[in-house]
Amino acid sequence: MMQGLGVTILVTVLGIFFTLIVAFIAGLTGLSKRWYLRWPSTVFVEVFRGSGLLVQMFWFFYALPVLFDIRLEPLVAGVLALALNEGAYAAEIVRGTIRSRPKGQTEAAIALGMSPGLRMRRILIPQSIPAMLPAFGNVMVDLLKNTSLVSLVTVSDLTWRAMNERTVTGNTVELFLTILVLYYLLSLLLGWLTRWLEKRFALDRKSLAKARPRKAVLVGGRL
Amino acid sequence: MNVWDNEFAISIMPALLKGFWLTIQITFVSFAISLAVGLLVAIVRFLKIPVVSKLFDFYVSFVRGTPLLVQAYIAFFVLPLWGMGFDALPTGIVVLGINYSAYCAEVYRSGIEQVPTGQWEASRALSLPPARTWFRIVVPQAVRPIVPVMGNYLIMMFKDSAILSSITILELMGTSLQIGGNYYMYLEPMTIAGLLYLAISFPSSLLIRRLERRLVPAY
Repeated sequence: MMQGLGVTILVTVLGIFFTLIVAFIAGLTGLSKRWYLRWPSTVFVEVFRGSGLLVQMFWFFYALPVLFDIRLEPLVAGVLALALNEGAYAAEIVRGTIRSRPKGQTEAAIALGMSPGLRMRRILIPQSIPAMLPAFGNVMVDLLKNTSLVSLVTVSDLTWRAMNERTVTGNTVELFLTILVLYYLLSLLLGWLTRWLEKRFALDRKSLAKARPRKAVLVGGRL
Repeated sequence: MNVWDNEFAISIMPALLKGFWLTIQITFVSFAISLAVGLLVAIVRFLKIPVVSKLFDFYVSFVRGTPLLVQAYIAFFVLPLWGMGFDALPTGIVVLGINYSAYCAEVYRSGIEQVPTGQWEASRALSLPPARTWFRIVVPQAVRPIVPVMGNYLIMMFKDSAILSSITILELMGTSLQIGGNYYMYLEPMTIAGLLYLAISFPSSLLIRRLERRLVPAY
């Protein structure tokens, strides 16, 4: 069981990592003015949000090997499906949040002669991260719960172990209630982590505001 | 490409469409359950009855914090041991409905909270009885902004119903897994299943986006 918990945590952490990468790539290309960047992003997001995680997971596990003659490890197929699916949801968050920044920020950055890349990197993205956090937190809890689906493509996570032990020992009730509680604790933990991050980002802004006057004097008012 | 067998794909279509029809039925029945249970939960939580409301708070957080798959396994494997065994299909429908009732309760809550306090105060000033305050004043105003949100949850339920294939229900996903297993040809059933899910959920999400623009007042 403990091994299963480890695998679940591993899948969750890998999933979160790749979800973030997918989300920012798809989210930022979705904001692009160039159609050859924006269109693939839109198609990707709609396909992966529209067809359901389980289908995608089975497709990567069963259909992809037939199509391209490559065999994915169950863990890889599971993490891939999770990251692409949740990444599609998170990409919409990235896109929506950055788009909803006050227009004055973009205009001020243009007025200061910042290049579009710098504008995105130094102004828009840093401002958007605190606003994205609550929504990202939901996606991460969702991802954690959905890791249970990797058991269906034979990854030996918590759910898979419970099913497996059940056939050996028959302690159905204890096993399932245990993993139910474990999943609940893990999602509470993720919830706390998100709230902690939210607080930290809020705090940073405040301490920054306090530090600013002194710093401004030191660097000659460049801030 | 000779990987995709067109004849095979056509031959499995009737079975897949039958599963697809079951998926749609499951979705709507579960949705009705979650709307009803969710409303009940939302009202009890809103009334702040000591202990009971806290229990419902826990219910919402617990159901939302645990995977649907595990909930389905518990309903399917554990409940029969306690003398509450049902067929897979009703079990699956109820599990899906209960799972989403927790989300619906949150949506109702946000809707109720969006009703301005002045509306409550005005009802109080006109000494409307609580039932009329709720059903003639609050609920009609609370429903409008949450319709698109509920629509999104309906689409998510539609896709999540695939998880019920793991408790032997032969809806779209279950059927395509069974076909795949029988012929050891997974590419065609899986791809068709994915496209069928997409064929419903993509247009519906466009529809909901339009609905959103019409129903949610622009501030």
